[in-house]
Amino acid sequence: MSNDHGHHKQSFISKYVFSMDHKMISKQFLITGIIMGVIGVSMSILFRLQLAWPETSFPILNWLFGDQWAPEGRLDSGFYMGLVTIHGTIMVFYVLTAGLSGTFSNLLIPLQVGARDMASPFMNMLSYWFFLLSSIVLMSSMFVATGPASGGWTIYPPLSALAKAMPGSGVGMTLWLVAIILFIVSALLGGINYISTVLNMRTKGMSMNRMPLTIWAFMLTAILGLLSFPVLLGGGLLLMFDRLAGTSFYLSDIFLGGGVGALEQTGGSPILFQHLFWFLGHPEVYIIIMPAFGITSEVIAVNARKPIFGYTAMIISLIGISVLSFLVWGHHMFITGMNPLLGTIFLVMTLIIAVPSAVKTFNYLATLWKGSIRFTNGMMFAIGLVSLFITGGLTGIFLGNAALDISLHDTYFVVAHFHLVMGSSAIFGMMAGIYHWFPRMFGRTMNKTLGYIHFWLTFISAYMVFFPMHFQGLAGVPRRYYSFNILPEFAPWLDVNVFITLAAILGGVAQIIFLYNFFSSIFAGEKAVQNPWQANTLEWTAPVEHLHGNWPGEIPTVYRWPYDYSLPDADEDFIPQNVPDKGSSEEIHVAPVTPETSDAKEPKEDNVMLFTLVKNWLGLGKA
Amino acid sequence: MLAAAKMDEYSNRPGKMHPKKFSLMLLIVGMTMLFLGLTSAFLVREAEGNWLHFDLPTEFIYSTVAVLISSASMFFALRSAKQDNLISVSIGLAITLVAGLSFVYLQYAGFNDLASRGIYFSPANGSAGGLVSGSFVIMFVALHLLHLLGGIVFVAVVLVKSLLSQVHKKNTLSISMCNTYWHFVGVLWIYLYLFLYFAPQF
Repeated sequence: MSNDHGHHKQSFISKYVFSMDHKMISKQFLITGIIMGVIGVSMSILFRLQLAWPETSFPILNWLFGDQWAPEGRLDSGFYMGLVTIHGTIMVFYVLTAGLSGTFSNLLIPLQVGARDMASPFMNMLSYWFFLLSSIVLMSSMFVATGPASGGWTIYPPLSALAKAMPGSGVGMTLWLVAIILFIVSALLGGINYISTVLNMRTKGMSMNRMPLTIWAFMLTAILGLLSFPVLLGGGLLLMFDRLAGTSFYLSDIFLGGGVGALEQTGGSPILFQHLFWFLGHPEVYIIIMPAFGITSEVIAVNARKPIFGYTAMIISLIGISVLSFLVWGHHMFITGMNPLLGTIFLVMTLIIAVPSAVKTFNYLATLWKGSIRFTNGMMFAIGLVSLFITGGLTGIFLGNAALDISLHDTYFVVAHFHLVMGSSAIFGMMAGIYHWFPRMFGRTMNKTLGYIHFWLTFISAYMVFFPMHFQGLAGVPRRYYSFNILPEFAPWLDVNVFITLAAILGGVAQIIFLYNFFSSIFAGEKAVQNPWQANTLEWTAPVEHLHGNWPGEIPTVYRWPYDYSLPDADEDFIPQNVPDKGSSEEIHVAPVTPETSDAKEPKEDNVMLFTLVKNWLGLGKA
Repeated sequence: MLAAAKMDEYSNRPGKMHPKKFSLMLLIVGMTMLFLGLTSAFLVREAEGNWLHFDLPTEFIYSTVAVLISSASMFFALRSAKQDNLISVSIGLAITLVAGLSFVYLQYAGFNDLASRGIYFSPANGSAGGLVSGSFVIMFVALHLLHLLGGIVFVAVVLVKSLLSQVHKKNTLSISMCNTYWHFVGVLWIYLYLFLYFAPQF
């Protein structure tokens, strides 16, 4: 293997635009994710203005959206729904799936498993460009005459299947579907690469039981995506056919007013779409939260200066969550007239999924327990994730109960639950990752004081926004209502809405601090040292200056798991994975090299049987 | 070049599948999920009633035979490549290509057969009562055909390579990947055929 990876010339276009280097692609995902995040969060603040002050005119709304969508500075009701829909879509798919998983899987998988790049750098590049194209198509739907999709991010038919149903069901909905199909292609290209890289390209000594929990989380996330996104693709295709080809997979016996009359379509089932959607939709929330878990595991262990508590239990929990996540989708559909026996099965499975989730949170707490905690910005956000996940997770037990769900379904209780358990939590995980690996990405560190201000304002505002919503939901206030001053029953909640909106604005301001800190630190942040957090994982052994190929010489060999912190007999309180045990380095180092040298003369074996691979993954293969 | 050097670094290891081939297998897993999801949707919808049962076109039996022949010839081509029998590789791939194209024609004939019985993809074309079972069947066949067309392109590319003597004992990656994908679309068709054949009894 030649050692000249970093020294081949690259043009500006091949280095920064059509880059095939996983580190650059991760930055592309991050920056695009941040831009989409700014759009998504801004939308939420704008529609919260309507909820807090329904009668007030806001010139900024008129300036932004014009007379059609914000006449006299008040949001049009249809456009309000459009903003809610696009906000949800952006945050779920574009920020917390691609922005989070795309960024950190790309950055960390090759660096932490000890690979020069992804299994297919070209597919990796395509993955980003499909994502960007998808983002552009989605945002373009804001500019069509009938407005963006406005049937909610879950796009239930018949609203989404009938172009004539409402303005937001027109071209905007078609663009939404095209955007999601492009997104699925991107997610699959990325996911296949992540799994393939983790399973096939680990460096010497990096057995599965020595992998950092980040890698376990990213790999299982990619597996979830690979198994669930194609099902949404199928559901989306059927919806597309219903909209454009006149089929009736989801449409049946519909009579439209306004002179349209009865539709031709009969025999479809709108509930069928919900099954297909939630078969992705539920794993999707784990696709969002599991990378954040992985990041948190790493950040907490590094900054508590302790081995992660229950490494094996953490892996088993991740696998348990992954398997169970495919068996609980029905809890989103308790009120669709589901057979009570089926409902009970989904209820039980849903409550069981609380077990691995609880194992993870207890393990985080046990890792923190009696640690020499370093309250870095990353650590603060990681602990914030644990707090928000517990708070949001507890209400999941209410909602997973089929009987309670009858009254709580589609209320603000649901909004509060998922915004805490997977919205804010995952954002906190993402922030923890950004602060922690910023030195690895940009060779500089972010400003710590601004980081603290960002953390506290975000943490406080997250609770101030979402905690009161539980009470609204318990009182039966439905989600997605445009105006709270039409029904007198809602009048008492107007003051609460004002409070929530002010808190949301506070949260928005906090993100401006983050944006300033992030972008200014890229250019003017303090220069980072090689291993600023004194962490054990391999990414900190690669040079600060980015090389295509990651390490200038040989890829480091791994001799230990990544959580050797504060070992009693060690000289320092951390032992990186590439440091051999005293006295035994020779033996371990030589063994894997010998067969490789002799094997190099043989032709490549392309047909390794699957069971041989599985045996090797399980550590049962020949040494 | 980095990518090529990098691949060598990993694919030379004993007991490791080539990352490209492994990625293809993952892609196949994704495709399988697409069809499993859609056939599950078929069952859910069928269970709700208001469902027209109809016989599958006879052409689909012939196309099943064509797909079996193509799989056998593909297997023959791969084995020949491993034995460095270059002419047999090209012959095997050519038979696969012809059988694959026959499959496409037979599916097209199957669509015509369905249309002659008034079964169309969309009710706008006049299907009786807008019953959705025909839409499902035609969608399955068309979606499979799309995957098979990808396979035909793949086979054609490998055939050209073999004619240029680039497919041999020491370079089996492309034919091995082509073989895996082709068998997948074949098995997928047999699954779909059996599924649709027995669906009325579910």
